[in-house]
Amino acid sequence: MLEPNIVLDHEVEHLIKDVHEVYGYDFSLYSRASFKRRVNRICLIDKFTSFAELRYKIVNDPGYLKHFIEEITVNVTEMFRDPHFFKALREKVLPQLGTYPLIRIWVAGCSTGEEAYSVAILLKEAGLYNKSLIYATDINPSVLETASSGVFPINQMKIYSENYILSGGKKDFSDYYTANYDSAKFDKNLKEKMILSTHNLVSDSSFNSFQLIICRNVLIYFDKRLQERVFHLFDDSLENLGYLALGTKETLRFSHLQKRYQQLDDQKIWKKADHN
Amino acid sequence: METELVIIGGSAGSLQVIIELIRNLDTDLNFSIVLVVHRKAQSVSILPSLLQQYSKIEVIEIEDKTEIEINKIYIAPADYHMLFDDKTNVSLDRSEKLHFSRPSIDIAFSSAAEVFGDKLLAVLLSGANSDGVEGLQQIKKNGGKIWIQNPDTAQVDYMPRQAVERVRFNQLITSENLPIQLNELNKNNKI
Repeated sequence: MLEPNIVLDHEVEHLIKDVHEVYGYDFSLYSRASFKRRVNRICLIDKFTSFAELRYKIVNDPGYLKHFIEEITVNVTEMFRDPHFFKALREKVLPQLGTYPLIRIWVAGCSTGEEAYSVAILLKEAGLYNKSLIYATDINPSVLETASSGVFPINQMKIYSENYILSGGKKDFSDYYTANYDSAKFDKNLKEKMILSTHNLVSDSSFNSFQLIICRNVLIYFDKRLQERVFHLFDDSLENLGYLALGTKETLRFSHLQKRYQQLDDQKIWKKADHN
Repeated sequence: METELVIIGGSAGSLQVIIELIRNLDTDLNFSIVLVVHRKAQSVSILPSLLQQYSKIEVIEIEDKTEIEINKIYIAPADYHMLFDDKTNVSLDRSEKLHFSRPSIDIAFSSAAEVFGDKLLAVLLSGANSDGVEGLQQIKKNGGKIWIQNPDTAQVDYMPRQAVERVRFNQLITSENLPIQLNELNKNNKI
């Protein structure tokens, strides 16, 4: 069912202002249409029949904010999603990264961690895992708990396995996890080189320099101004000749930074040009 | 009454209608066309280049923040929902499927309804589920016009039949007269 239209445009503005003032999270530069959709979805899920009820709950119940952030930020993800993207990483990017003594990768907006685990598997299969570090960050602390547990629903394994094979994987995908009744627990050693941490792309700054930044289907929720800001954050965090990877329908084309980057064939992967 | 956007929703059985439409469409449109068609997610989508063969008008697959211009045909990408931030800016959304569909016609229609109000014409074509009905109801509420493919002439009649039963529409169309009517609209449309 479509979300009801409980929260109106000007009420969305009030809500954004409240959340910023009370908790410091700034959603003012999120794409308005999808943000409003998510807010109305929360009203549907939590049975608020008016904006006033939702606003009261948010302002007066700090515990509720966690749930609010969870629902506002979309956490739909998969392992090896868009297998051709992972194939390109495997074939075109990892061999380049292999020339570095230490490989640092940032998975920004990692959600429940499926992509970070996929990257860990790629690195293992390329024989690069031991000299790599994967920084997986998200605004939302509760999804990071799931990422840290490495436990995912077993009913997803069929599609993940298909994705994995399409991405050029040669092994038996089930080698990477232990199956239980309704869950699959991924090998602990896939997490050894993974650093999970909260990071807010809107307000936090660069925290390291990387050879590869993967940020897929996060920027679609931001408006153009915020996208530009985040692109600059990534640019500041990326070494020369490093790679920036976006979602299949995202582009660096509208950014001023585009001229400093070179796109890899038809993939949503850009290589930073050398300025020295 | 002027129309700024024509949004067309289709599912199973709608492709032939869409091909007939753009094959016969005038090439000086004073509105934009957005197609929201259920289809399988693929890494490289063939639909835009397929449709481009039938039209001199530019056919563009929407990417995040694509700017919508008149006299162009846009296609919502597979595996994303599509929303209008305003009349020219489109954002994508990869949240849960609705009616087992992403893109969801309901989501695209209701978002267009809010932004375009009575400057919107929605067309619902052949299909096998009930996506689109709630979106059309939103469009009606916001003053937009609604055309539905006559279920008796649709290859798969479930989707247009649901809409006909549950929405107050302006007219029923067929594969043959859809391009004629849109060209007519184009002639009488003043922006």
